[in-house]
Amino acid sequence: MASVTGKNAVLASHAENRAIATLQQQFPNAVLDATFDHKELTLTVAREEIVNICRAVQAAGYNFLADVTCVDGYPAHPRFQVTYHILSHALKERLRLCVPVGAADASLNSITSVWPAANFYEREVFDLFGVKFNGHPNLRRIMLPEDFGAHPLRKDFPVEGYR
Amino acid sequence: MSEILTAPLPVEAPLDRTMILNMGPQHPSTHGVLRLVLEIDGEIVVRLTPDIGFLHTGIEKTCEAKFYQQVVPLTDRIDYLSPMANNLCYCLAVEKLLDLEIPDRAQWLRVLLSELTRLNSHLVWLGTHAMDVGALTLFLYCFREREEILRIFDCVAGQRMMTSYFRIGGLSLEPPLDFYGRVQNLLKMLPEKIDEYENLLSGNPIWIQRTQGVGLLSAADAIAFGVTGPPLRASGVDWDLRRDMPYSSYEKFQFKVPVSNGCDVWSRYIVRLEEMRESIKIAQQALDGLPEGRIKADAPKIVLPDREKMKTQMEALIHHFKIVTEGFAVPAGRVYQAIESPRGEMGYFVVSDGTAKPYRVHMRNPTFATLQALETMCVGRLLADVVAIIGSIDIVLGEIDR
Repeated sequence: MASVTGKNAVLASHAENRAIATLQQQFPNAVLDATFDHKELTLTVAREEIVNICRAVQAAGYNFLADVTCVDGYPAHPRFQVTYHILSHALKERLRLCVPVGAADASLNSITSVWPAANFYEREVFDLFGVKFNGHPNLRRIMLPEDFGAHPLRKDFPVEGYR
Repeated sequence: MSEILTAPLPVEAPLDRTMILNMGPQHPSTHGVLRLVLEIDGEIVVRLTPDIGFLHTGIEKTCEAKFYQQVVPLTDRIDYLSPMANNLCYCLAVEKLLDLEIPDRAQWLRVLLSELTRLNSHLVWLGTHAMDVGALTLFLYCFREREEILRIFDCVAGQRMMTSYFRIGGLSLEPPLDFYGRVQNLLKMLPEKIDEYENLLSGNPIWIQRTQGVGLLSAADAIAFGVTGPPLRASGVDWDLRRDMPYSSYEKFQFKVPVSNGCDVWSRYIVRLEEMRESIKIAQQALDGLPEGRIKADAPKIVLPDREKMKTQMEALIHHFKIVTEGFAVPAGRVYQAIESPRGEMGYFVVSDGTAKPYRVHMRNPTFATLQALETMCVGRLLADVVAIIGSIDIVLGEIDR
């Protein structure tokens, strides 16, 4: 299948996709953008609804949270793209959810209540990007020392030289 | 910053009945630098908190400063027991971004070497796991066979552990002629060696007592915690990416996916042993049916030319110079490529902004997620069982901390 970009084009060409059907039905306004590229479906969704959306796609058969990570688009606005990779064992299909998060209020709700697997991943994103997850049971640094004082995977953190 | 420092440590319970025990990071049974903070009531584990990050080297950040082809040697260092699996996963991800066609011969050799990597990794797991539980003999047996696999890696890649043999677009070199004979000898020798390990362990009453019914993890918990690979299959979930979402022409191979419903340390042992037998079959199929052809994709601007051509043809020399000094641009986009590594689902999330350096590389490593299930498996068990359970999830701290 060729790559498709643009929300309406993807939603129309993949209307039979279980995740798209579910989200169109339950959260018609929460899907901000959609891309289908390299046979991978990416849905950009609203920050406020992420927990409810995860619960909905989990109920729709996407049962396994594979990964949570973040991409820093500095100096773009909104700066961060928190990215969730979700897998369905039954459908043998992957789904990528992206949540744009601004730099001023870099926080979103934790999905540990939906998938406990998100616990370490959200701590990692918090540690390395400084994005906070509200409602996380134990939001502490995971890789770096507690007094490190910076978030090294941010693009404005230098790779070499002195800080 | 202040809120990070003031956040309560998870293990700060009133210490009237229980005590806090620190295990690691220099504990031999934690296979590296895993630190566990255990709250114990007598000898029973009440709470367990893993503390990781001692081996954090910022590989994901380093990748952003390298050309795409320079990231390959970094991937070896993530999971140093299965370097080829990391190479494969990263190369597949970048090849997906580039839409590269990989010749059949390269794909089959990749499958063959991936399965040898799985055998290598499982041999280390079996030896160290058995040693943790007290069966010291097996360690030497497993390392004897592993040595032969490392010699094969040495002969094909010039390196025993940090192979970097898979390249974006294929393989770095055609394997030397004695490679095939050595692999054939290994594959012929291994099945009876695995029977030998099984003879040493499976009937051993101490081994049975230390593993059966220990470290229970239900299928629902395993999925909730993101557990993949042999621990997931030992909890009765029939899921293997090689069969269910095939990559690198795994769909052309016949193999069984061992599954067990025991959910304990014993079933993880059985599943991995069976997996080793299946790996031998896959490797044998790859060796027998190895297609003729090239080992590199036909993409002169991405794949380095052969040395011979580079020294005799002007155009090849220019390509060589350009690739080495400037790298190659990868079209903008993002991909997530997952493979079934010896430990479970290994995924590389690569974001490209259209330049010659990756904008972001993220590794989804299997034992990072599996570690979250450790508390569920250990609570209510004896302290000594923690050692057996850590062995059964086969952790590698290099890939947890990255």
